[in-house]
Amino acid sequence: MSGSAPIKKFGSNQSPWLGCVAGAVFAFLYLPILTLIVYSFNGSGVGGFPPHNLTLGWYRILFADDAIWSAVGNSLIVAIAAMIIALAFGIPAALALDRADFPGKALFRRLVLLPLILPGIITGLSLLMLFREADLRLSLLTVILGHGTALISVATTEVFAGLQNFDRAQEEASLDLGANHWQTFWRITVPNLRLSIIGAALLIFTLSLDEIAVSFFLIGRENTLPLEIWGRLRRGITPEINAISTIIFIFSLVAILVWYRLRTGGHRSGNIGAEMGTAGVQV
Amino acid sequence: MFSRAYRLAVSLPPVLWVGMFLLVPYALLFCYSFWTVSAQQAIVHSWMLDNYRQLVRVNIYWQTLLRSMWIAARVMVFSLLLAFPLAYFLSFHATRRKDLFYQLAIIPLWVSYLVRAYAWKTILGSDGVLNTLLQYAHLTTHPLAFLLYSPFAVVLTLTHIYTPFTFLPVYSALERIPRNLVEASHDLGASQWQTFWRVIFPLSLPGVLAGATFAFVLALGDFLAPLLLGGPSGIMISNIVVSLFGAAYNWPLGSAISFCMLLLVLTLLFFSEKLEKRWSVQ
Repeated sequence: MSGSAPIKKFGSNQSPWLGCVAGAVFAFLYLPILTLIVYSFNGSGVGGFPPHNLTLGWYRILFADDAIWSAVGNSLIVAIAAMIIALAFGIPAALALDRADFPGKALFRRLVLLPLILPGIITGLSLLMLFREADLRLSLLTVILGHGTALISVATTEVFAGLQNFDRAQEEASLDLGANHWQTFWRITVPNLRLSIIGAALLIFTLSLDEIAVSFFLIGRENTLPLEIWGRLRRGITPEINAISTIIFIFSLVAILVWYRLRTGGHRSGNIGAEMGTAGVQV
Repeated sequence: MFSRAYRLAVSLPPVLWVGMFLLVPYALLFCYSFWTVSAQQAIVHSWMLDNYRQLVRVNIYWQTLLRSMWIAARVMVFSLLLAFPLAYFLSFHATRRKDLFYQLAIIPLWVSYLVRAYAWKTILGSDGVLNTLLQYAHLTTHPLAFLLYSPFAVVLTLTHIYTPFTFLPVYSALERIPRNLVEASHDLGASQWQTFWRVIFPLSLPGVLAGATFAFVLALGDFLAPLLLGGPSGIMISNIVVSLFGAAYNWPLGSAISFCMLLLVLTLLFFSEKLEKRWSVQ
């Protein structure tokens, strides 16, 4: 990061309207979510201003709703399995992009990162065709394969970013002192990339829990949580959906704040997440 | 320093997996786009251009594609209009609390798509929060019907969803601008306005371009917001693909449309990368 003195000097005569614009943008980003949360407590349903009859009743109904909870269970299974797949292939992929040269490397890099920018529908449909040709029945397994594959991109960008701030001399020393590559990987590389890997795992987990476009095509009879909610939305809206959305929001919020702390703890930079932002175009 | 075995061990598994689950499926999409469906609803493996011919000939397909691009273009412009001032404020003016503001800006990026789209549905409906608020404040007497089930609702919701995606690259481009350039511009007598247009804005263009590409591409392929909020006039190209893969059961035609989308996206990414490289050269 650059020093703060020039910024202060430049910003000293700032116009107040810029702050107002920024405030308005934040309001635009957050007001809808706040509204959603408020109406999850509204006794007389979604909509109607002002909200009244505040109640926890919708949460009570939600907690007694078996279909929702079995969908939550399915989503957790999918997220954990997808996280394992994405890390198992994403970490080596980042190492390969950082350290190996092989024919087709440029194509490989683009292909790995493509699901990050490509609309989910294309990835979902293509995989649907693959599973059909392979005669694989649609189930949670196909959703897991879809999420795992699409989210390798996240693991790769996160770990690749971690590798850029990583001192190779330690690995070199380890190898010189007689450790083999396997030992060096587990004792030097992984511990050094610890924060990137945990951060990636957290992101993959959260993104998989929320994912809907790819799941839409690969789901069998058992629903994940977003698809269960989606099915209900088509039938009409109830504050029960506001209640589950509120819980999802709070869960994502906690996960993202933990991820952010990990990243800022890892390398003190105000510019993190940028690799994610421009990954499709730059990494 | 890394042995051949090591390099092979780290590259082979991901290459195989990605080949199997990304390259093969995309190739399969391409193959399907030439096949046809028989009267008995079986896939016929004939190599014909019929599907592509149909795309050109049947108006609804290319018209919907154009409308989707128009919706995506509006989402792109509005996302930039919201994201740029926010990123500029954070990068150059938020000296205290910068970290907090940055977190606030990226949190929505990872908050469930469905939650955000659903929030807008509850706000824009005829009995929704906004309409009842307007009536409560006596600004209108009847619910405004155009709010929900319209392209307007789709553009608004997608702008809300993709603004944080646009913010990230713009912000990181602004953060990379050497502050001494800005200072030099001031010391040499340029006003803040001149400094912005002659120094800061040109240097931020690669980020603006990356953000614009993100918003356009992701909005273009969206099918959930149109289903939820678009109504008949807000249908987008992906909705047609979804129905071709569902009830209409014409996977080959659906594949042809998807493949055109894929080509369009890859072309955009290619040119955006080219331009970005050129603009990054100082």
